[in-house]
Amino acid sequence: MYFLIASGLSLIYGLMGVLNFAHGALLTVGAYATWWTSTKIDGSAGTKLLVGAVAGLAVGAVLAALIELVLIRPLYRRPVEQVLVTVGLALALTALVEAIWGFDARPFPVPSWMIDTTSILGASIPNDRFVEIAAAVVVLVGLNAFLRYTRYGLIIRAGVENRAMVTALGIDVRKAFTLVFAIGGALAALAGVLSGVYYGVVDPGRGTSLLIFAFIVVVIGGFGSIGGTAVAAVAVGLVQQYANYYASSGLGDLAVVLLLAIVLLLKPEGLAPKVAH
Amino acid sequence: MALISVQDLHVNLGQSHVLQGVSFEVPEGGVTALLGRNGVGKTTTLRAMMGLVPRRGSVKLAGAELTRRPTHSIVRRGVGYVPEDRDVFAGLTVAENLRLAERRQKPRYELVYELFPELQARGGQKAGTLSGGQQQMVAIARALLNDNPVLLVDEPTKGLAPLLVTEVAAALERAAELTTVLLVEQNLAVVSRVAQQVVVLDMGRVVHVGSAADLLGDQEKVRSLLGVAGGSH
Repeated sequence: MYFLIASGLSLIYGLMGVLNFAHGALLTVGAYATWWTSTKIDGSAGTKLLVGAVAGLAVGAVLAALIELVLIRPLYRRPVEQVLVTVGLALALTALVEAIWGFDARPFPVPSWMIDTTSILGASIPNDRFVEIAAAVVVLVGLNAFLRYTRYGLIIRAGVENRAMVTALGIDVRKAFTLVFAIGGALAALAGVLSGVYYGVVDPGRGTSLLIFAFIVVVIGGFGSIGGTAVAAVAVGLVQQYANYYASSGLGDLAVVLLLAIVLLLKPEGLAPKVAH
Repeated sequence: MALISVQDLHVNLGQSHVLQGVSFEVPEGGVTALLGRNGVGKTTTLRAMMGLVPRRGSVKLAGAELTRRPTHSIVRRGVGYVPEDRDVFAGLTVAENLRLAERRQKPRYELVYELFPELQARGGQKAGTLSGGQQQMVAIARALLNDNPVLLVDEPTKGLAPLLVTEVAAALERAAELTTVLLVEQNLAVVSRVAQQVVVLDMGRVVHVGSAADLLGDQEKVRSLLGVAGGSH
């Protein structure tokens, strides 16, 4: 889940230099769009989740593209204003969700087979975990294929290295910016859907609480690197869970911050910096 | 008629007024060299013409104003650019660097590989692992891939070994048969070989315009305008 949130953040910063603090709010909006759609259709929990997720991803992508076009684009080369706008947007979107649907958590449509467990080497693992891992693998492979084999992927990889030179080759890099924002929004919404499945509910503060760990993943992985982000997401997730399980519940967050400090001391540029691959 | 007309071009970078009303014209065909001592504004002039730095004034290509256009649109109008530090995409392969530059239905790979056969052999190699000379070939090849009416080339021989300087000069001569080149170059031997006209800058202003042969044949002028001994480079 960290990978899904962080990969969009990483690409957006790597290509555009934009620290998008509204990314967590996109996760929340995507999750609520999924939940809201599921309440409006008939069918099994699986159907509701599937149709709701399609709607949630579409809302995430369109909203992110609109944010880039309307709010971010006029502020290129003004990083402080960009940060202020995205922070303000995060607060506004979360408040909007609270105003429309209230502060209480809403039950998420989760098929019963996802709640069931599968026994592996004596451990009972809920099936939704396999869905989340599979989704992350599909996104990782899909993003890598997109970056490697498409023209827009080529533009994004080049733009992460040297945006000005991409424009000096006659390419309107702003289209790539909008596309990257839309992809990031869809991935944040997908993370919102999967977090809804994981927790069984959705609440307005979900995106904000996950965003901080996503930023840590991006810093550890190296801005602009999808591979680095994937490795960092697994490392952060494992460190957090092992610390919670073997040390004391709650120590996981501290362990993640310690991991961040160690990486920053040893490799300040992250595991695989500034190259989208 | 001039293909490019630069009029009263001003650039401020921070507190520094780098270009202070630069005006010159580039005739169609051949090579016009933009010369001057270090720091007089040659690279900034090219960057301003490309819209890569904020500027005031006028830059016209065949009578059409370019200064209101963003950089990518200026390139699409037919102005190719080879930057001073090559700026190849290190994480991309040579073939990907070239593919990124394709703008036309039929990119001129035959021409590029005729000039730089090495690039064909190294298509799968990451551009960041190439030597400086090979990276310069990629940078020039990217600009030659499309049939741009104008090429702005910034110090293509900077830091290159003598053999590579000769190769790059030959490529510029071939390019000049097909397009108009505005060349920033410190190596006067290269200028003497490829350029027909010169524009000399000093302190952000044009101080001399004329034929390359006339300037480079006058040692006193070379010394006073460029601060170096000419001809023997």
